[in-house]
Amino acid sequence: MAKRDIPEINAGSMADIAFLLLIFFLVTTTMDIDAGIPRKLPPKQNDQKPPDIKKRNALIVNLNKKGEILVSGGGIEGDGKYLTVDQLKDEAKKFLDNGGGKGKNGNPCDYCEGKRLENSSVHPNRAVISIQSSRKTKHGVYVQVTNELVRAYNELREREAQKMYHESYESLKERAKKNPKNEALKKKLESVKERFPMLLSEAEPAKIE
Amino acid sequence: MAKFNKKKNEMPAVNTASLPDIVFMLLFFFMVTTTMKDSDLKVKQVLPKASETKKLEQKKLVSYIYVGKIPGKKGDFIQLNDKLASTKEIKNFILDKRTKVTESELPRLTTSIKADVNTDVGTIYDIKKELREVDALKINYSAITTNRKK
Repeated sequence: MAKRDIPEINAGSMADIAFLLLIFFLVTTTMDIDAGIPRKLPPKQNDQKPPDIKKRNALIVNLNKKGEILVSGGGIEGDGKYLTVDQLKDEAKKFLDNGGGKGKNGNPCDYCEGKRLENSSVHPNRAVISIQSSRKTKHGVYVQVTNELVRAYNELREREAQKMYHESYESLKERAKKNPKNEALKKKLESVKERFPMLLSEAEPAKIE
Repeated sequence: MAKFNKKKNEMPAVNTASLPDIVFMLLFFFMVTTTMKDSDLKVKQVLPKASETKKLEQKKLVSYIYVGKIPGKKGDFIQLNDKLASTKEIKNFILDKRTKVTESELPRLTTSIKADVNTDVGTIYDIKKELREVDALKINYSAITTNRKK
């Protein structure tokens, strides 16, 4: 038997092949992670009348087509006042945290830190924030406003989570998500949420000029 | 110079045998971290910015509705999957999506509204109205995550 050398396979082109694949994936893929503000739509209405809400318990955020924000109701005197987006969160917090009376089950809000004004909301579980806008309002403004209002709720919940469990609301949420079977954790999270239930209504666009 | 010549060892060629490994590593990195672009955008989009966002996990359970303008044309356009559509087609789009998931996943279906900042709220409202008709109540206003302003 003549000893034959097996010729080595030339691996030089391997890099080219891998590069080709690499470039293919680079071109066809996107890096962005989709994120957004989660919201829940109200169920379909069957011509039922909206519940009567007293003026003091409703903060109405009006957006016109120019993107100006008019806030009325909920302890704001007169016909309301114009606010910038940056002021909105604090105004919403002030309104939600007022606690000037008794809540749904007849208990006063003992955890509220607001001024307990006579003309602002009675209890967080009765305080409703309503976003109303014109059809011509820009979506960008609408999302910004929604974002600020959601932030108001999140910051208040954060405060309560710290008070009740000495833990941040975010980490509580994170942990509850990771351990979906942990009932105690779920209850904790619910109890925080319950203190400031998100009553944020998106009314249909009206003709506001 | 003479000293160098004496040593007689030539500069060896750089060994490129590990080059494929390096490239493969890069390749795998990109394969793992990226997701396939599923549809080409026909509408122009600049997404709004927001701080209170939540990541959309499990893309399988998300239906995307793209809304935006087309350069040179008036009004807002809606895109479902790969084609432009009218508001009326949204119902079928959602119902179609429902047939593709298992029953236990149905309540977790989300609709992501990816709309341009300059879209009219009226257009978005019409979409939401259609979604309410078919009971697709979990929605998500797509936005770019930013840090909270102090």
